[in-house]
Amino acid sequence: MIWIAFAIVFWAATWGLNSWIANGPFAATRAARLAVPVIFGVTIIVVWEALVRGLAVPSVILPPPSAIAAKFATSIPTLWEDFVQTFVKGALSGYLIGCGSAFVTAVLIDRSPFLQRGLLPVGNFIAALPIIGTAPILVMWFGFDWHSKAAVVVVMVFFPMLVNTVQGLAATDAMQRDLMHTYSASYWQRLLKLRLPAAMPAIFNGLKIATTLALIGAIVAEFFGSPIKGMGFRISTEVGRLGLDMVWAEITVAALAGSAFYGIVATIEKGVTFWHPSQRG
Amino acid sequence: MNRIVPILTVVLAIVVLWYGAAIGMNKKWALDQAGRAGVELSTSEVIADTWSQDRPVLPAPHQVAQELWKTTGAMVLKGRAMSKRSLIFHGWITLSATLLGFAIGTGAGILLAVGIVHNRAMDMSVMPWAIASQTIPILAIAPMIIVVLNSVGIQGLLPKAFISAYLSFFPVVVGMVKGLRSPDAMQLDLLRTYNASGGETFRKLRLPSSMPYLFTSLKIGMAASLVGAIVGELPTGAIRGLGARMLTGSYYGQTIQIWSALFAAAILAASLVGIIGLIERRMLKRMGAKQ
Repeated sequence: MIWIAFAIVFWAATWGLNSWIANGPFAATRAARLAVPVIFGVTIIVVWEALVRGLAVPSVILPPPSAIAAKFATSIPTLWEDFVQTFVKGALSGYLIGCGSAFVTAVLIDRSPFLQRGLLPVGNFIAALPIIGTAPILVMWFGFDWHSKAAVVVVMVFFPMLVNTVQGLAATDAMQRDLMHTYSASYWQRLLKLRLPAAMPAIFNGLKIATTLALIGAIVAEFFGSPIKGMGFRISTEVGRLGLDMVWAEITVAALAGSAFYGIVATIEKGVTFWHPSQRG
Repeated sequence: MNRIVPILTVVLAIVVLWYGAAIGMNKKWALDQAGRAGVELSTSEVIADTWSQDRPVLPAPHQVAQELWKTTGAMVLKGRAMSKRSLIFHGWITLSATLLGFAIGTGAGILLAVGIVHNRAMDMSVMPWAIASQTIPILAIAPMIIVVLNSVGIQGLLPKAFISAYLSFFPVVVGMVKGLRSPDAMQLDLLRTYNASGGETFRKLRLPSSMPYLFTSLKIGMAASLVGAIVGELPTGAIRGLGARMLTGSYYGQTIQIWSALFAAAILAASLVGIIGLIERRMLKRMGAKQ
């Protein structure tokens, strides 16, 4: 009972604190912007812990954060092995191959307006489909190891990346192209000095979307068959054994890896597209 | 016309490539079988064989189309549209979970967005997490949700719908917050000079101007919901639904079954997104939006 009361009081107190900060005189400062979401996140974790203890929720349904943290700390070697298998071998290599080939394809079809008009609607259509369904097929073709996971990732990231790059390459306006024309610039000069830099915001948009897709693809593909390591494998087997603390530890790894991956791409974007209005704000 | 021709060309090219790939990938099996039987196959016989195997590595397009027709249209003609071998039955299982989850996720997303727009504390605490959560592979927790809900006695439609709801929730929140904030200062000032209350501002300015954003996120959310429902069918050993068809197909090496389930899912996704697009066009037209 005391845990539940504590949860309610803690929730009310931190919510009051957050309202006070958000409506107070410091709301616009950088510190407040950082503090409010952090306080909210801490509140969620504390309330979770208190409610799980107070209501005596069995750990096969929802383990408390402290148990997850303990499990995380004791099984770092396993988690690291799974991380390498799924993220570094599966997701990352698939991401590089998929985004790279989509980029090259986009530059190639950019030369032909006919192909552009034909491929863009088809690409847009395919990008909206449940591509994750190709996972069982690709697992069958490429075997259980990370190659099949990389293949799923390639298929998943290819079309969003292709569509974004083609749109980006069309982002220059007539005046800029005319200017290059008056300089008598060759195709490659126009591409490297005007159109690729102008396409960067759209390209990075595609790259950022692809980070999430890559991790999802690599994890879900492991549900269809994998060697005895990997994040998706660990999640599905530990769920079967009701070892939910390990599942949550694995999810924590996935969340950290996903955010870090996205953060790295976003940081590179900031360096490359510093001139764009969205980065100056 | 000048849009249809290129699209058809690309689709045609894909089909041709597909047939070619089917020859290449199924050839080994055909030659092995012929070698074992001690028969010498001519090129045309090999090609014919690669396009008509029972369990090909890559089924040819017409095999997938035949299987699709056999499990949908032909079943309807025989009056067994809802039998367990029919894709309409499996599609309906997946579709009902998708739609239920989509409705829950969209409703909750819109409510949270309204809260975020009207409450600064909520905006500052929830919004960064809503954005950050989009970089997290949420789909990874699908098996856990299914098993946990199972162990508290919730089975069937709801667990899958839950995953769908979760996946469609965040796109709607982010899009709707953007939409509700899209009226500019001048428009808000105008309503202030009319002495409009908060509710009136919401109803007459914020809500109408958020519609284009809402529909964009609805399309994303719908596609995500379907993926959620399909993935939700994987870990439980479910025997019904499009995801289950894929899983059993991959267990028993029934490639044609996997491909037909995949195409059924694709057709489902395309028509759902298409329906939303149609409603969008109608509605925005009636609201007098620029085309």
